[in-house]
Amino acid sequence: MAARETTVNVLLVLLLPAVALTALFIGEAFYITLATRIAILALAAVGLNIALGLGGLVSFGHAAFFGLGGYVAGVLATHAFNMEPVALGLPGTTDMPVIWLAAILLCGLVALPIGLVSLRTSGVYFIMITLAFAQMIYYFAISWPAYGGEDGLSLSMRNGFPGLNTARPFPYFIVVFVLLLAGLFLFHRLQASRFGAALEAARQNPARLAATGISPFAIRLVAFVLSAMITGLAGALFADLNRFVSPSMLSWHMSGELIVLIILGGKSRLFGPLAGAALYVLFEYALGGLTERWQLFLGLVLLAVVFFARGGLIGLLAGRPRHG
Amino acid sequence: MAERVLEVKDLEKSFGALKATNGASLDLRPGEIHALIGPNGAGKSTLINQISGALAPDAGSIRFLGTDITMLDTARRARMGLARTFQISSLAQEFSALRNVMLAVQARQGTSLRFFRPVMRDASLTEPAMRMLSRVGLAGRANVPAAALSHGERRQLEIAVALAMEPKAFLLDEPMAGMGPEGSKALTGFLHGLRQEAPILLVEHDMDAVFALADRVSVLVYGRIIATGSVSEIRNDPEVRRAYLGEPA
Ligand SMILES: Nc1ncnc2c1ncn2[C@@H]1O[C@H](COP(=O)(O)OP(=O)(O)O)[C@@H](O)[C@H]1O
Ligand SMILES: [Mg+2]
Repeated sequence: MAARETTVNVLLVLLLPAVALTALFIGEAFYITLATRIAILALAAVGLNIALGLGGLVSFGHAAFFGLGGYVAGVLATHAFNMEPVALGLPGTTDMPVIWLAAILLCGLVALPIGLVSLRTSGVYFIMITLAFAQMIYYFAISWPAYGGEDGLSLSMRNGFPGLNTARPFPYFIVVFVLLLAGLFLFHRLQASRFGAALEAARQNPARLAATGISPFAIRLVAFVLSAMITGLAGALFADLNRFVSPSMLSWHMSGELIVLIILGGKSRLFGPLAGAALYVLFEYALGGLTERWQLFLGLVLLAVVFFARGGLIGLLAGRPRHG
Repeated sequence: MAERVLEVKDLEKSFGALKATNGASLDLRPGEIHALIGPNGAGKSTLINQISGALAPDAGSIRFLGTDITMLDTARRARMGLARTFQISSLAQEFSALRNVMLAVQARQGTSLRFFRPVMRDASLTEPAMRMLSRVGLAGRANVPAAALSHGERRQLEIAVALAMEPKAFLLDEPMAGMGPEGSKALTGFLHGLRQEAPILLVEHDMDAVFALADRVSVLVYGRIIATGSVSEIRNDPEVRRAYLGEPA
């Protein structure tokens, strides 16, 4: 069974570059963009999966971090373009690694107080309070005209990565795909580590964890912050993919979409987010062209997963999870 | 005055109108097994929960190793060396027996903020955990998920987890419950030696075990300790016989 999951995982990983390469050779850039979109959403969901899958923390506010990451990319690029300092004399930048670092740090900084408050609650209250924080940031973005308010912010060109022409779809796909692999590797090591053990125990039985001498609150807080950082990085990539960032990236629809990806793919499974994102984007692409109500069909699939395939797509393909 | 590992003073706890703990005081001395007995619903588990930190008392104080721990949370108390087992087994159900014990080993080492090294390939976790499983006779079941263990095995696993914490005191809430006569006998033998490692506050219904093991016995009735003494003192205490042992005065 473990071997089967490995096979499924390897096939899933190869799927995206296979699609992107094929598209490159037949000259259909659109499919490269589609694969890039899948990889970015998967990375965002890998981040959320640390909190949701491993920690059992159903954050309904991760769009806040996805959107913040997006705005970091947009705002820094805009300032660089206008040659105006962002704040405190610090210049803007169009350098992706710097933008990523800024997005990761900012999301961590914002997640810390949000986590400190919301992790005092659990269950439905946690869901509602994370949603409330995200909505606050959403309305803040809408009502702040300096960065486009409701209309959002366009990037005049995609930000750069040293040595690559990121304006072309394939090099940018490679950048995104490598970051997705790094995110998956991080998740994998995290799950197997001491921290992962404590986090999964906090999900299974917090009273037991506390009784052994590990504070579930502290463990969850660290998980929440790490989770936000990765989702924020994905947000920065998403802004660069679309060369556009708007409050919709911060909206509760986005938070819901990330949760849906994970449930579709398989909760707390390493490749669940990737499987979920692939399925989601394919649905959007295949049915979105036929009917505006494609989300209705998505809803039906989601119901089927919840009722008949708790392990999601990965569970369906690879069987039950292994545990040491 | 003998030194005290644990000192509970005038503890009170109400659930609505019910006074589950009503001015209870007791202590635990080095090397002893102090049994806490009393009828169902007397408030024994509620008392253990307040000592471990799972419940906050309404009034009173708890001192452990000379420190007032009344305001500390469960994890802090556990790190200080207070290990409890639960009356109803409470484990990480999806984890194997081994991983449940490993969790206590890493808690003891204070190394939960390590993010990279896989625990299953870390001998500094697996080896001590395996030793603890062997001590309680579960070595052969190391890789079985806690959820798939038998009731008795889960009770043993609770003890192994407590051992792995290398505690300064044990709080055991009915460890024999549902173990069967064989299991109870084995566990009685094990606890007999365990008091040398750390004193034990033992809540137990099995009177054979209590009378065989206890250095001192306290009797809890309606949240109040009505008597504390040696086994023979308690057996012959008329109030205890009336209130608990069910004999006419
Ligand atoms: N969390 C709780 N809320 C309300 N009542 C409780 C709670 N826990 C215990 N009780 C009540 O307190 C009393 C003492 O319970 P408990 O400490 O479990 O007794 P024992 O362990 O001696 O059998 C019982 O009447 C029980 O119903
Ligand atoms: Mg009880």
